[in-house]
Amino acid sequence: MTWEPVIGLEVHAHLKTRTKMFCRCAVGFGAEPNTQTCPVCLAFPGALPVVNRTAVEWTIKLGLALDCKIAEHAVFSRKNYFYFDNPKGYQISQYDLPSCMNGKMILPTAEGNRAIGIVRAHIEEDAAKTVHVGGRTGRIRGADYSLVDFNRGGTPLVEIVTAPDIRSAEEAKRFLQLLRQTIVELGISDAEMEKGTLRVDANVSVRPEGSDELRTRTELKNMNSFNFVARGIDAEIARQIEVWESGGEVRQETYDFDATTGALTPHRAKEEADDYRYFPEPDLVPVEPPVELVERLRAELPELPAARIRRLEAELDLDRAIVLVTGGLDRLWADSVAEGADKIAVANVIANNLVGAGIDPDAVSAKELARLVKARDRIPRFVFDEAIAKLGEPGFSADPYLAQEAVSDEAELEPIVARILEANPGQVAAYRGGKDGLLGFFVGQVMKETGGKANARVVSELVRARLNAP
Amino acid sequence: MAPVIDTLRLTAEEAATLLEGGEVSAGELRAAYLDAIAERDPQLHCFLKTVDESEGDGVPIALKDVISTKGVETTAGSKILSGYVPVFDSTVAARCKDAGLQLLGKTNTDEFAMGSSTENSAFGPSRNPWDPTRVPGGSGGGSAAAVTAGMAPWALGSDTGGSIKQPSALCGNVGLRPTYGSVSRYGIVAFASSLDQVGPVAKTVRDAALLYSIIAGRDRCDSTTAELPEPVRLPEGDSLAGLRIGVPTELNEAEGIEPGVREAVRKAIELAEGLGAEVGECSLPRSVRYGLPCYYLIAPAEASSNLSRYDGVRFGIRAEGESYQELVERTRDEGFGDEPKRRIMLGTYALSAGYYDAFYGQAQKVRTLIIDEHREAFDRFDVLACPTSPTVAFPIGERAADPLAMYASDLLTIPSCLAGLPGLSIPCGLSDRLPVGLQLIGPQFGENLLFRVGHALEEAIGFDTVPLRWRTRSDPVRGQIPARVGSDPTGLTPEETV
Repeated sequence: MTWEPVIGLEVHAHLKTRTKMFCRCAVGFGAEPNTQTCPVCLAFPGALPVVNRTAVEWTIKLGLALDCKIAEHAVFSRKNYFYFDNPKGYQISQYDLPSCMNGKMILPTAEGNRAIGIVRAHIEEDAAKTVHVGGRTGRIRGADYSLVDFNRGGTPLVEIVTAPDIRSAEEAKRFLQLLRQTIVELGISDAEMEKGTLRVDANVSVRPEGSDELRTRTELKNMNSFNFVARGIDAEIARQIEVWESGGEVRQETYDFDATTGALTPHRAKEEADDYRYFPEPDLVPVEPPVELVERLRAELPELPAARIRRLEAELDLDRAIVLVTGGLDRLWADSVAEGADKIAVANVIANNLVGAGIDPDAVSAKELARLVKARDRIPRFVFDEAIAKLGEPGFSADPYLAQEAVSDEAELEPIVARILEANPGQVAAYRGGKDGLLGFFVGQVMKETGGKANARVVSELVRARLNAP
Repeated sequence: MAPVIDTLRLTAEEAATLLEGGEVSAGELRAAYLDAIAERDPQLHCFLKTVDESEGDGVPIALKDVISTKGVETTAGSKILSGYVPVFDSTVAARCKDAGLQLLGKTNTDEFAMGSSTENSAFGPSRNPWDPTRVPGGSGGGSAAAVTAGMAPWALGSDTGGSIKQPSALCGNVGLRPTYGSVSRYGIVAFASSLDQVGPVAKTVRDAALLYSIIAGRDRCDSTTAELPEPVRLPEGDSLAGLRIGVPTELNEAEGIEPGVREAVRKAIELAEGLGAEVGECSLPRSVRYGLPCYYLIAPAEASSNLSRYDGVRFGIRAEGESYQELVERTRDEGFGDEPKRRIMLGTYALSAGYYDAFYGQAQKVRTLIIDEHREAFDRFDVLACPTSPTVAFPIGERAADPLAMYASDLLTIPSCLAGLPGLSIPCGLSDRLPVGLQLIGPQFGENLLFRVGHALEEAIGFDTVPLRWRTRSDPVRGQIPARVGSDPTGLTPEETV
């Protein structure tokens, strides 16, 4: 039987507001523990929450970007549970009446647009950070003691819940990349998984291909990169298929994905269903944004990544368009093309060399980049690479690099090529026997011999001509 | 020589005049009240804490112990908060400070303001100045009794279902529960957030209005507050011409209203008619029938959540345990008394999955009905009148073992609290030698109207707020302490021992 994965995602993003969701404490990381706190976020008796206006506006903005219906009447509720990272004994979160509902995000694919449904996007507050000291796993069980840092407590979060519309781990990853880029471009969150400002939980089930049933799903947590999300989902799909095919039954459980071992371990066995006793937060009034505000926010929306991918696809190809847009590289690309660089060549340089060198695209001068790309064949490879590595530096100029012409003189290169081929009779025989890939080996040897100063394209032509000669 | 200050009779307004005229100093005034506390509080137990020194050079004030005061222990009458010293002032405490009021101390309350007698205080009950064998009402019995006993010229209480109005009625003074949203709850130890409201307790309606003007108005720290639609007016004059007073049948004829209470309230309403008011009957059938059950779902539900923060982790007492779970369970078991535990259980149940719709959800719908029913009544009338409490002060211990009997004490105050409306209790006479309270209910933000009616009636009724046992044979003269005050350690005058 062929199995079809059914995947839904829950994405939490920290909003980078100046202050917390319900008090005026600064939001930020790296401060001394428990220094960014006040009676409200420490839940002292009588302290009351006050809604952060910016957080509400940003959530609405995100909702508009995700094509959601913006609620005229949204309500904060209390989610009640005891834990020491939750000082009030309840988390304030929008619940049955969130600010944003019924949206979708368009995922451009080779087969056309895929619409991934957005069930809701709502505002909530983050819990405090806990550190368990002692014990082996860093978990509370077996720990000697636990420390709580309330600096993070009360940080505004937006939670985005998708419909179970995603059909593969790869699609989940693409969706997340696009969603992340959308969030970043709206300027509302840094959305960095490594820093915990973006968190993803995945709900996974499988069903026989062609069926529309929804089987028992499991939840995957604690995956701290998009690649791990994809690997975790793949592992869970395989596990579930195995369970069903061996006549078993998938149970509703939560798993942690361990990226180093690739193993899925049960998060915690729920002995009883959680009952959070939600009820409307009586300390706050409903969020009722005026129409003018929503329209102003709508007007402020930039052109969104999905639309730009479609636009770029016409000039490049889909994969390059996706890489450039989701990497936030397409503006540099467009500017470089405007400066006369070849569309494909500069796309490759940006997506491979620039990203590989870890250079901030915003710090790069499109004009200098275009000059380098145009001269790429003319200058030695190592010079080109050196120039790329320095592109992000302030005041960078391509001039000194462009002055170093590569050796393109065939008369000068020919004897070196001949010497290399003679020195490697085995490889020559192998090439002639059909191992085309060895071309790069010969070119590399020549480059080495010339100290990298040879024009690689000319060398390549010379090597091929000589090898193909009868 | 410093003048003799009769704190039993001195109103806050008079005290302010004395201060302004330089006839007494702030220190002398404060000393007079501290002396009164030293003399009478050992018997009445109104104060959980007195403050030796205070900022401010104005009229002294006592605050119910649910009101956070920076640097001054605030326990809400609970063991779980013993030793807790707030690092911030509640908005009302800050506004009192800004107005120059001197803090005398923190007054006793039922634990977390849950009760109608102060018998649920973890630190022992307060006693009624009129008869120390009886309760002062609750939960704000400490504030009400302190004002009546001249231990504070005025005080702040908090009212969820009657905790200002009922104690004022039982202690024979004036208590205002303001419109929900007119006074900030920031820094008030929360009981039921959608009902809690801070208000003044005083000897006169004018004092209550003055104190209300100090604390009321929008606070950015409390999203549920609003700017007052009109400034507070100190009431003057005695005419009620053109005023329409509605007398809700159910609130005046409910089972359990004592005949003496009914009679005193009837007479007060007649007096109002004499002052020019038009009096007519009206009906609030659903408000009275469903008010109490509705309240006892909503208030405990919110309380069960509000009291979750008392886990022993950050403040208050902590009972150690082997795990977080154990620490929390032990702390809450040792720290909470029976009434909070009862309400936490009730409220948790009412909010639980599968019960929410039938209990909390349904109660919210009923609350909407109660609001609508009151609104209709105010289409025809300017204010509504009825008894504040069905009974006069009851003996200590009488209802302590019977929660339902205790809950019934608030039968007449609860409906308008659920509707978010202001209510003023003024003393309107005696029954069995104990004070009876008249409750005047106003429309939303109708405080000025209540002050006007309350003031006119107060003048017409001429109630003497000094308890019988402390009155001297000769008419008391303002400015002199009656000879017998505090001289009898039993607190009983020879007359009362007969």
